[in-house]
Amino acid sequence: MFHWLEKNPFFFAVGVFVTIAFAGLIEIVPNFAEASRPVIGTTPYSTLELAGRNVYIKNSCNACHSQLIRPFKSETDRYGHYSLSGEYAFDRPFLWGSKRTGPDLHRVGNYRTTDWHENHMKDPAAVVPGSIMPKYTWMYTNLADIDTAFAEQLTVNQFFAVPYNKPVPMKDGSTTVVKMGGSVAEANALALAEAKEIVKDMKDQDVKDAVASGKIPEIVALIAYMNSLK
Amino acid sequence: MENRPLGYDYTVAKMFMLTTIVLGIVGMLIGVILAFELAFPSINTILGSGLAEYTNFSRLRPLHTDAVIFGFTISGVFATWYYVGQRVLKVNMAESPLLMFLGKLQFWLYVVTVAAVVVSLLAGVTTSKEYAEFEWPIDLAIVVVWVLFGVNMFGLIGMRREKSLYISVWYYIATFLGIAMLYLFNNMEVPTMLATSAAGETGIGSWYHSVSMYAGTNDALVQWWYGHNAVAFGFTVPIVAMIYYFLPKESGQAIYSYKLSLLSFWGLMFVYLWAGGHHLLFSTVPDWMQTMGSIFSIVLILPSWGSAINMLLTMKGEWQQVAASPLIKFMVLGSTFYMFSTLEGPIQAIKSVNAIAHFTDWIVGHVHDGVLGWVGFMIMAALYHMAPRVFKREIYSKSLMASQFWIQTLGVVLYFTSMWIAGITQGMMWRAHDEFGNLAYSFIDTVTVLHPYYAIRGVGGLLYLIGFLMFAYNIYKTMTAGKPLEKEPANASPMGA
Repeated sequence: MFHWLEKNPFFFAVGVFVTIAFAGLIEIVPNFAEASRPVIGTTPYSTLELAGRNVYIKNSCNACHSQLIRPFKSETDRYGHYSLSGEYAFDRPFLWGSKRTGPDLHRVGNYRTTDWHENHMKDPAAVVPGSIMPKYTWMYTNLADIDTAFAEQLTVNQFFAVPYNKPVPMKDGSTTVVKMGGSVAEANALALAEAKEIVKDMKDQDVKDAVASGKIPEIVALIAYMNSLK
Repeated sequence: MENRPLGYDYTVAKMFMLTTIVLGIVGMLIGVILAFELAFPSINTILGSGLAEYTNFSRLRPLHTDAVIFGFTISGVFATWYYVGQRVLKVNMAESPLLMFLGKLQFWLYVVTVAAVVVSLLAGVTTSKEYAEFEWPIDLAIVVVWVLFGVNMFGLIGMRREKSLYISVWYYIATFLGIAMLYLFNNMEVPTMLATSAAGETGIGSWYHSVSMYAGTNDALVQWWYGHNAVAFGFTVPIVAMIYYFLPKESGQAIYSYKLSLLSFWGLMFVYLWAGGHHLLFSTVPDWMQTMGSIFSIVLILPSWGSAINMLLTMKGEWQQVAASPLIKFMVLGSTFYMFSTLEGPIQAIKSVNAIAHFTDWIVGHVHDGVLGWVGFMIMAALYHMAPRVFKREIYSKSLMASQFWIQTLGVVLYFTSMWIAGITQGMMWRAHDEFGNLAYSFIDTVTVLHPYYAIRGVGGLLYLIGFLMFAYNIYKTMTAGKPLEKEPANASPMGA
């Protein structure tokens, strides 16, 4: 049979394809519906948080930081409850990372504050002596891309039924609604309102002035995202 | 007419040889910079704080991985295909002006795509999925390049005079099919410009931005099914294709066993795809998938070692060639590193080992003993074998080749030993508890302890880069100043010219 295949490239190629393809079918397909359901208490990202998530991606923070707490005592002691599949239901793409040059960030919102991030991103080694993390000074001047974050909200809402402007169940039995703007202007206004809350806890005068004049530097969006990781 | 010896046209092979070398230098240079950035963080702002955004570790990291995978390695795959393909199929590319045109088109489109990748990654335009960072416009260009490669491959196969496909061709076909399938499925994404707001606005925000079709755990599953098998079909399958051709040709020895090659080929095809789950051990994907990933990783030793043993036994009775020829040294050490790396990988895929190894530098070390020792050595050996036949000149300097071999071997050894120690040290420190059950170390303790190993790794990488520059110089001098050859260098290969 093999000699015959080696003289018939078409059937050879078909044979190879079938051999390599079915592992994927068996491993990936059965899990799809099951894993994409959110756990109770998981809410979609707000416009500003999503813009911050895109800042995180733009700078490949996931090259050094994981967002996956494994079920070991040493990890739950250090980072909090181990990660659950449904907590990632609104993560497109997933940001588990594959290398922990720095610590895990899946629940960083539980134990770091706006103020801490502000100082740390400006000069990590000043906050954590010995840190090898570079300074991310450009995030204090570059502006966050709110329009694209809004387009992303619309996309996941329209194509994947991510529940914006709809009640989402919370752990205490109540519900909460994550708002999405009806227009670009409305989305920007929502993001700005959220940014204003965050800069109340910040010290950098340039960032405060920028937000006061209606602009949102990347750092503000990034902190909104960091604070949402709980 | 049929009795006339066949000539071959290496125009396209030469073009891809050039990109193999240029992108190899770029990718490895960035790698060395990254290594030293981890050891000495002030290098992050080496071009001043104004440009820090573009020289900083996290921005450069995807550029390094993509430059060595899709630049250096894939160029090497293309270059060797356009050389090996004609020879084992007994066709001349010049016989078909159409294939020649498509080959050149593939090259130029590839160059344009590479340029777009460099600019976009530096600007921070990325999807964040490892080795699949490109946004959809670049993905589309990559698909076209890949289809052109496939058309050329099957075009040449269709024109072949040798009816039976040689082992290398099996592996090249598998490379084409495997990468095509994986790349398409992992990069399924929806461009955000398609969305419409309630107010009727469309095309909001950046036009090139997209969201993944998969969310969370599913996205991770598809990504590592891709990520692991991009390694399989980029770093293993085509490199095995190369060694099955170049080792017998260079040594003049016949392949040790056809049956072993058959077993390892179909075995590799069947087993490799299952093993992706070992990247997700202790994550939120279902347990049975993690276990499957673990088990199939162990099974994977069989076909991997099958190929490697077949290569080493091909040298049976001719071991003096290893001492005599630096080119054979590259290939024999390459096979040995392949065996080493395909044993190390399965060990790391065992759950209890993975609990320590995952997220640490041991994984980085594992990748690099494979790519530096196996992929890099084999591609350089292939180009060294091709150069005299393509440029019709003798290799410029054999002693330079020999020194390069030892410098790079030292580099690889420094690289993986330092990363083993770094990885296991960090993995053990993360999990250490004191006698009261509290964590023994804060995270930063586990970072500062790595400094010496990061420095050693940087030196290892630098040695490898120096060796690669020697290789580039040697090939350049062969092209321009090597002694012209009247006819092809002879070898006693039973496979004929």
